[in-house]
Amino acid sequence: MSINDWLQERFDIEAVKSFAAKKQVPVFFGSVWYYLGGVSLFLFIIQVLTGILLALYYQPGAATSYESVKFIVSKVEFGWLMREIHSWSANLFVFTIFLHMFTVFFSKAYKKPRELTWLSGMMLLLLAMVFGFSGYLLPWNELAYFATKVGTDITGAVPFIGEFLSKLLRAGDDVSGATLTRFYSIHTAILPLVFIVFLGLHLTMIQVQGMHIPESMEKVPENKRKMMPFFPNFVLRDLIVWLIVLNIIALLAVFFPWELGLKADSLASAPAGIRPEWYFMFMFQTLKLLPAHILFIEGEVFGILLFGLGGAIWFLVPFLEKPKYSRLWTAFGVGILAYIITLTVWGYLV
Amino acid sequence: MTDSNHSQSSHTKTTSRRSFLDALFGVTLLGWLGAMIYPVFRFLVPPKRPDLNVSSLDAGLVASFKKNTSKIMRFGRKPVIIVRKKSGDFKALSATCTHLDCNVQFKQDTEQIWCACHNGLYDLEGRNISGPPPRPLTQFQVNLKDEKIFITKGEGV
Repeated sequence: MSINDWLQERFDIEAVKSFAAKKQVPVFFGSVWYYLGGVSLFLFIIQVLTGILLALYYQPGAATSYESVKFIVSKVEFGWLMREIHSWSANLFVFTIFLHMFTVFFSKAYKKPRELTWLSGMMLLLLAMVFGFSGYLLPWNELAYFATKVGTDITGAVPFIGEFLSKLLRAGDDVSGATLTRFYSIHTAILPLVFIVFLGLHLTMIQVQGMHIPESMEKVPENKRKMMPFFPNFVLRDLIVWLIVLNIIALLAVFFPWELGLKADSLASAPAGIRPEWYFMFMFQTLKLLPAHILFIEGEVFGILLFGLGGAIWFLVPFLEKPKYSRLWTAFGVGILAYIITLTVWGYLV
Repeated sequence: MTDSNHSQSSHTKTTSRRSFLDALFGVTLLGWLGAMIYPVFRFLVPPKRPDLNVSSLDAGLVASFKKNTSKIMRFGRKPVIIVRKKSGDFKALSATCTHLDCNVQFKQDTEQIWCACHNGLYDLEGRNISGPPPRPLTQFQVNLKDEKIFITKGEGV
């Protein structure tokens, strides 16, 4: 009796197989974008694995964090590799999710019936950014310390609940060792749990609804469309891409290592050239450019309200877009993308 | 007739009994959820730490403080930047930028206070003169006594 038969006698494995096999991937010039979701998933898996390894040595606390990371990268065998892979893969993770999000946006794949896939995807992007923000503090170095001070202070400017939120995040009035343990818990326990729930939702919905068909292909009759079975054809291609990505990470880890820098000191002046991670740069640069007061509110509050509004609109695109104004939304997306790229580059040049 | 009347009244009786039980169940559920969530929520809020009630800070000997230099020291829990000007005078200001909470630094070439995070600039009176800071830095009083520097709350030299 084959394993398959043995399993079939216990539950309907054929149904599971046909569920996995039913998805088809459209073959066209944009097929390459269909790898981005898979790559993001792969990078998340790398994050989980290297994160678990780092947690074996990492000790959260104002007196131990910096020292334990130093220990990992200098004493533990291949510790440097694990940390470099974790940092690089984290950056690529956010990058591919952003790319994935924009390709989905511009191909209008969020339209009915995929609104919930878009919402869960946006949640995953948001969570990835919080992952990045919370992880950035963990080495407890100067750069991370001040970036976190700024980041949590920005939270404090949110109308009404800001001060409370900021206190909740900082575990007090200021960034301290208590903030560090809180961020550690958020980074390694809370976020992974929440992330996996949304990831499960996201993937299930994609599997149930199938891949989005590009508009150019919608006019072609169904039996004439060029399609490729997701399993095993596309999955095998996915695996090759994952292998390439892993090699890229290894190269980056070896040739472009992240510095640990100086240990955080609450009595040191913020160093020149302080900056957050690149995916917060456009917001950081905007805050830098805003004057102290706009109309009757403080510049930073204005900036936060602006980003909050922009984020909410972006989240709700599937519900806000009317077919009549489809092109207008594309133009809006191009504008946002151009804004993000310009401000990011500007932030690094100045 | 009597039978159907009877069954109808028993029907309304069960519905009202059911809706009563539903409501009771709902209220119990809410109470139970509240009893679960409230302690967790309170746990997340960090306990208040008492103020250190520091009234003055001994910043060391005047002689050990070179002209045109600065030092950041802790006044209670908050950092204070103490500057000795080229002229030899002292200034003490809150070291926390009013924009987004970074620690400021003393710019020796222009005798100004600068925040590296978002390019905020203050003069030595603490006034926000350019960049994003919305408010001036709080001034502290500097007293010299027996060749020693003492920082206390309140404005002026």
